[in-house]
Amino acid sequence: MGRQLWRAALVGPLALLLAIMAGAGPALACAGLVGPGGTVRLSRTTTLAGYADGVEQYVTSFEYAGGGAKFGSIIPLPDVPTKVEKGGDWTLRRLVQETQPQTLAAEAAPAAARGDAAVEILKARVDALDITVLRGGGHAVGEWARAHGFGLSPDAPEVLDFYAARSPVFMAASFDAPAAAARGQRIGDGTPVHLTIPTDSPWVPLRILGLGLRPDERVQADVYLLTERTPAMLPRPSPGDGLELARSQDASPGLLRDLHADKGMGWVRESGMWLSYLRVDSAASRLSYDLAVDASGRGDPSPVAAGLVGLRDGTPGSLPDPGPPAAPWPWWAVALGLALAAVGGARLARRAR
Amino acid sequence: MTRAGLLGRAGLCALLLAAAGCARPAVAGQRTVVLDVRHSRFLPDHLTARVGDTVTFVVRNTDPIDHELIVGDEAVHRRHEHGRERHHHGDVPGEVSVPAGAERRTTFTFTHPGRVEFACHLPGHWAYGMRGEVRVDGG
Repeated sequence: MGRQLWRAALVGPLALLLAIMAGAGPALACAGLVGPGGTVRLSRTTTLAGYADGVEQYVTSFEYAGGGAKFGSIIPLPDVPTKVEKGGDWTLRRLVQETQPQTLAAEAAPAAARGDAAVEILKARVDALDITVLRGGGHAVGEWARAHGFGLSPDAPEVLDFYAARSPVFMAASFDAPAAAARGQRIGDGTPVHLTIPTDSPWVPLRILGLGLRPDERVQADVYLLTERTPAMLPRPSPGDGLELARSQDASPGLLRDLHADKGMGWVRESGMWLSYLRVDSAASRLSYDLAVDASGRGDPSPVAAGLVGLRDGTPGSLPDPGPPAAPWPWWAVALGLALAAVGGARLARRAR
Repeated sequence: MTRAGLLGRAGLCALLLAAAGCARPAVAGQRTVVLDVRHSRFLPDHLTARVGDTVTFVVRNTDPIDHELIVGDEAVHRRHEHGRERHHHGDVPGEVSVPAGAERRTTFTFTHPGRVEFACHLPGHWAYGMRGEVRVDGG
């Protein structure tokens, strides 16, 4: 394929079960959830990122939490979506069932440059959910969020800048509480949203999940990848770093058939796809990265897409272990090497005499 | 170097010294400190002062969220951290709200030696690390 396009189905990417808010707030979503007075805590999020036929699709589920105040979430996106629509009805639940059958009931129950203004490039209404796709720098998106009634936690300015430096595209979503109530939505009911995103560099936002949390609070999330080949990921999953690759296998024909039959999921092939299931369980302070994915077969996921390297200044991120080649030699190892070389050289010189 | 060159350089040095002198506070004990706020942090976050100094803090909030500057002793910070007072109009020395993208000033006189904290007590901000310290040396 010429320009490499990806299709990622982030079905409830940053959030399928996105969340049960503490307290009786109104709406929420996956990703960074913001409400009056700061970020609202989410319990757990589930995400599916699928890549096929050169297009990325991103589907996320937003959970209605009742109440009347305004709540919403902001999700960083790898590029500008061409379509925002209601997601399928059972894709996320089916994935959970495929990988965590024993917990199905429990899981499914809760059903630009600074100074420029953010530009609204796409607006959509999905059931009672108002969605706006924005292009703008972190500051501009933060100002937009404030102007539209979102509360932002103290870490929001830095987190928004972190994402905007890589991709100044965000999705803001908020529930229209009266409309949700009028539709008969109950607390915990999820509204899946599906985005189609052409992009050269797919990644799944993880750092945003820690927005507004204390450094020692846990971030727990389920991330599903559905790809044409076995994907290479960065950072490489490691339970010690809070990212565990719990499943990596051929997607079963039954799963693919069920997903394919769901609304908007026609991009899923009925055979020949690879399923990866990752569990995120990390202290918020350590979740300073995203998940970069390369399913092209080159095995070269981008450290920039993972947020490990700054786009502008090459500044390394603070990930625990970004991978093999990154770490420079510590000074003592270099000094030891030089000392050994000097000793060896002196001995050789003596022998030569 | 010619004599004219030497005289020229001497003159330049004198001019620079005079300029440096002008940059110092006109009145001893009165200072102006610019505190930039970025990513919910004060820059700088460590300052020094002397007992009797009256410092005007110019707080420049470059974040897209509101902040505040509260300067004071432990009791002051405890009151603000646990209280509900959220708007400071500058009438209390050392306490001022700074809306997103705005610049505000407040003045505070350091009367005792020791360490005086300055912080933002909007919900979650202090815990996030939005605080700094003034080391006050004896007069």
